[in-house]
Amino acid sequence: MLTLKKLVKTYRTGDQALKAVDLDVPEGQVLALIGPSGAGKSTLIRCINRLVEPTSGEVWLSGTELTGIGSGALRRTRREMGMIFQEYALVERLTVMENVLSGRLGYVGFWRSFTRRFPQSDVDEAFRLLDRVGLLAMADKRADELSGGQRQRVGICRALIQNPKLLLVDEPTASLDPKTSRQIMRLICELCSERGLAAIINIHDVALAQMFVQRVVGLRHGAIEFDGPPDALTPDVLTAIYGEEDWEATIEKVEDPEEAIEAVG
Amino acid sequence: MSATELDTILGTRWRRPRLIRHPGLRWFLTVGFVVYLVAAFMTIEVNWARVYEGLDRGAKFVLAFATPDFTSRATDIWEGMIESIIMTVAASVIGISISIPIGLGAARNIAPLPVYLVCRGIVAISRALQEIIVAILLVAIFGFGPLAGFLTLSFATIGFLSKLLAEEIESMDPTPAEAIKASGASWTQWINFGVQPQVIPRLIGLSMYRIDINFRESAILGLVGAGGIGATLNTAFDRYEYDTAAAILIIIIVIVMALEYISGIVRARVQ
Repeated sequence: MLTLKKLVKTYRTGDQALKAVDLDVPEGQVLALIGPSGAGKSTLIRCINRLVEPTSGEVWLSGTELTGIGSGALRRTRREMGMIFQEYALVERLTVMENVLSGRLGYVGFWRSFTRRFPQSDVDEAFRLLDRVGLLAMADKRADELSGGQRQRVGICRALIQNPKLLLVDEPTASLDPKTSRQIMRLICELCSERGLAAIINIHDVALAQMFVQRVVGLRHGAIEFDGPPDALTPDVLTAIYGEEDWEATIEKVEDPEEAIEAVG
Repeated sequence: MSATELDTILGTRWRRPRLIRHPGLRWFLTVGFVVYLVAAFMTIEVNWARVYEGLDRGAKFVLAFATPDFTSRATDIWEGMIESIIMTVAASVIGISISIPIGLGAARNIAPLPVYLVCRGIVAISRALQEIIVAILLVAIFGFGPLAGFLTLSFATIGFLSKLLAEEIESMDPTPAEAIKASGASWTQWINFGVQPQVIPRLIGLSMYRIDINFRESAILGLVGAGGIGATLNTAFDRYEYDTAAAILIIIIVIVMALEYISGIVRARVQ
C-alpha cells in the first residue's frame, strides 16, 4: 500500500539523512522502525507526508505518487495519513475536543472550523474515539491540564479521526514512563488491528517494539540495515544497527514469560 | 584522564575562565573605559548660577502638584481628554488590525521570503521614524488637529506590534503547528488552529500595552500640534499655569495607572 522507492533526503547542511531507502508496507501491517538517534527515522516518516521535502525518490500511497503533487492534492493525501508525535504536539491552549476535531481540518471548510461548527458526524466520532481511549470526561478540559499518557491518547484520537489508511508514529513513548509506554503501544496496535491500519512506528525501545509489532526495520546512517520479524533481532543484528554493546539483556526481556503474556493480552 | 594528570591538577585553585583571555587587552579596555568616563564628565558644562535661578521655577512646578487646578480650565481639559481618548482608541483599533496581517507576514517560519521582506520593510520604516517626526510631517500635510495624531499613532502601532507579534510567532513551538499541517489543514486553518492559540495571550498583552503607550504619546503629540490633551497641556505651560498643567498630568497618570491595572487583569485571564 505504501511504497518508498530510492528515497533520498539531503539537508542543506549537506547531511545525508536518507540514502536511497526502499521500503514496502502492505495493508494493515504494523512496522517498527528502530535505529540510533540521527539514523533518519524521523526524517523518513516526515518525508512520507512531506512535512520534510524529500530530495529525490518516490513515495507511493495506494497508487498515487506523492513527491510531485501540488499543495491541494497534498492536503487531500495528508488526510489519509494520521500522525502521532513524540511530545504529543497538542495545541495546549485548545480544549481536548478541539484538538481531536483538528484531525478533521482536511475535510471541513475554513468557516466551519473557524466557528468550531464541525459536522455532527465528526463530533460524534470524536466522542466515540475519546470514549474508546477512556477520556470522554475530559472533552472540554484544556489539553495542558492532561498528563503525558492522556495527552498521547488525545494525539491518537486526533490521528484516527482523520480516518487514515496509514499511521505515521514518531517516538510515541519517548516521553512516557514504562507502564504508560506499554499501554500506549498496546492501544496503538489494537486500534490498528481493529481498523486494519498500516503503521510505521519510530521507536527507541527495542524490547517494546519486539513485544508489539509484526515487522522490524533497522535504520543506520540513513540506510536500511535490517528488515525482518522481531524474533530475528539477534545481538549481531543489534550491533550492526547500533554499534558494539552487550545486547543480551535487551533481548532477554522479551523472553521473560510474564511480559510475554502481557504482550499477548 | 590519567591518574598522574589528575594528581597535578588536584589542590590547584579553580577560577572561571575570563571573558577576555589576553590580560593586556583586558587592562587596556578597563583603563580606557575609566579614562573615557572621566573625560566625558569633564565636557559637561553646568551653569550653576542658571541652575540656582531655575531651582526656584522647578520648585514652583513641583509645588503646583499640591494645588492642582482642575476647575478654571475644566472645559479645555475635558475636551482635550476626550480628543486624546478618541485618538487612542481609534489609532489602537486601526493600528492593531493592520499589525496582525503584517505580523504574520513578518514571521519567517510561516511566510514565504518575498512576503517576509515586504512586511519586515514596513516594520523597519515604521520603527525608524520617530513619532514626533511623523507627527510633524502629518501635521504639515493634514493641518493641526487630532487627525494627524490619529494617523501618527496608527503608524507607530504597526511598527511596534507587528515586530513583536512576528517575533512571538517565530519563537512558538513548531510541533503543534506541524501536527495541524499533517492533518491536511489549509493555510488559514493552520494559522487558526496551530499558530493563533499559541500567540493570542501575548498578542492581547502587547495590545493592552500599546493602548497604554498610545495614550501617553497622545499627550506628547499635542506639543507639535497633533491635537489631544497635549495641546491643552502645552497651552497651560505657555501661560505658566502650572496648577492647570499639574491637574492635566495627574489625570494622565491616573488613566495610565488604571490602564495598567486593567491590562494586568486581562493578561491574567487569557493565560
